Amino acid sequence: MNINNHIHHTVGIIPQLLLALPFIMAIVMYILAVIVSNRRQKPWPIYRTVYWAFGILFAIISVAGPLADRAHVDFAAHMFSHLFLGMLAPLLLALAAPMTLMLRTLNVPLARRISKVLRSWPSRIYTNPVVASFLNIGGLWLLYTTDLYSLMHESILLHIIVHFHVFLAGYLFTVSMIYIDPIPHRTSFLYRAIVFVIALAGHGILSKYIYAHPPKGVPADQAELGAMIMYYGGDIIDIIIIFILCLHWFRATRPRIELAIN
Amino acid sequence: MAGNETKDRSIYSKRNLWSGILFGVGLIAFIDETVFHQILRWHHFYDKSTTDIGLISDGLFHAFSWFATIGGLFMFTDLRRRNALWLRRWWGGVFLGAGVFQLYDGTIQHKLMRIHQIRYVDHLIIYDVIWNTTAILMIIIGLTLIVQTRNSQQPGKDASHEHQ
Repeated sequence: MNINNHIHHTVGIIPQLLLALPFIMAIVMYILAVIVSNRRQKPWPIYRTVYWAFGILFAIISVAGPLADRAHVDFAAHMFSHLFLGMLAPLLLALAAPMTLMLRTLNVPLARRISKVLRSWPSRIYTNPVVASFLNIGGLWLLYTTDLYSLMHESILLHIIVHFHVFLAGYLFTVSMIYIDPIPHRTSFLYRAIVFVIALAGHGILSKYIYAHPPKGVPADQAELGAMIMYYGGDIIDIIIIFILCLHWFRATRPRIELAIN
Repeated sequence: MAGNETKDRSIYSKRNLWSGILFGVGLIAFIDETVFHQILRWHHFYDKSTTDIGLISDGLFHAFSWFATIGGLFMFTDLRRRNALWLRRWWGGVFLGAGVFQLYDGTIQHKLMRIHQIRYVDHLIIYDVIWNTTAILMIIIGLTLIVQTRNSQQPGKDASHEHQ
């Protein structure tokens, strides 16, 4: 590869740092919260901290470092970084139950105020499965079927916005489907199952669409490989979410009445 | 316990059937993906003649089959936990679900929506006939099992309709 060409296409160190910084802050705050709250309450489960650490790790390697550099010139690498940022990291972070940790760490008046925010109408809208799916999958359609994908490589600001959006929408989507943290506006299992299937279908259809219609500036062979990474990678992460959703149903529907009669 | 089991079976007769159907759809889609897409590589990931509606139908069924496999198996475990599993009826559902999906895939998705063909060879018609005949056979086996288990009572026992 031409060296000048390579430098021209690499994202600068500043945007990479800007994107990585919130995640670094998030891991520091999480560990601090674990230490502080463990003094007063029973120990916070280790596995939750492990989930958080891996979630942060996958988020950071997708926005900064060698993979992020390659993602700029190689569509297959881009897809890997987006799978990590938009699906795997959000799932791991959701499994770490950050809201529960925050509520048990803060003092009561402050925790009350936060739970009030969580119960507010904007929170109700954003954590609705349909809205979250639309933000998540709709955002991806916008990115790959319009000029946004090529524009993102020319503007640092757009690059940062798109990557934050991919992460946040992925996180909202995950927490709207599986309830690890307390969520005030719960929806039924069947409702979430139906919305999830439609969202997963939207993801699969987009993958095959990219296979046939590469985004502007992406060579056909890279688009084909990237599309298959998106399709099968998405499937793998989604079966974990389906499994957790079904497991929660299985627990919730356990035969309690039967036991009471016996 | 035997009496209890019969009672539970009749209450959960429908759930046995649905668990089987969901798992059947998921299983056949899984076989389609692993055997025909990945191992044999007969099916194409994307066929240039695919219609838009074919792409949508394929995406929806693919997503549904993932959910159906896992959901169907959780329902199966739930039935076992309740002592309400009725294997014959469950298998009836599996064959029916698998057969209906294979027939839909083999006729509407392959032929009408042209998402992809079974194999890219000259005498494709032979593959199509075998594919769809297998599908119809599975439907017949499934329906037979379902009809046989239609009555909630086990054979030989007095019929009672309290749960009908």
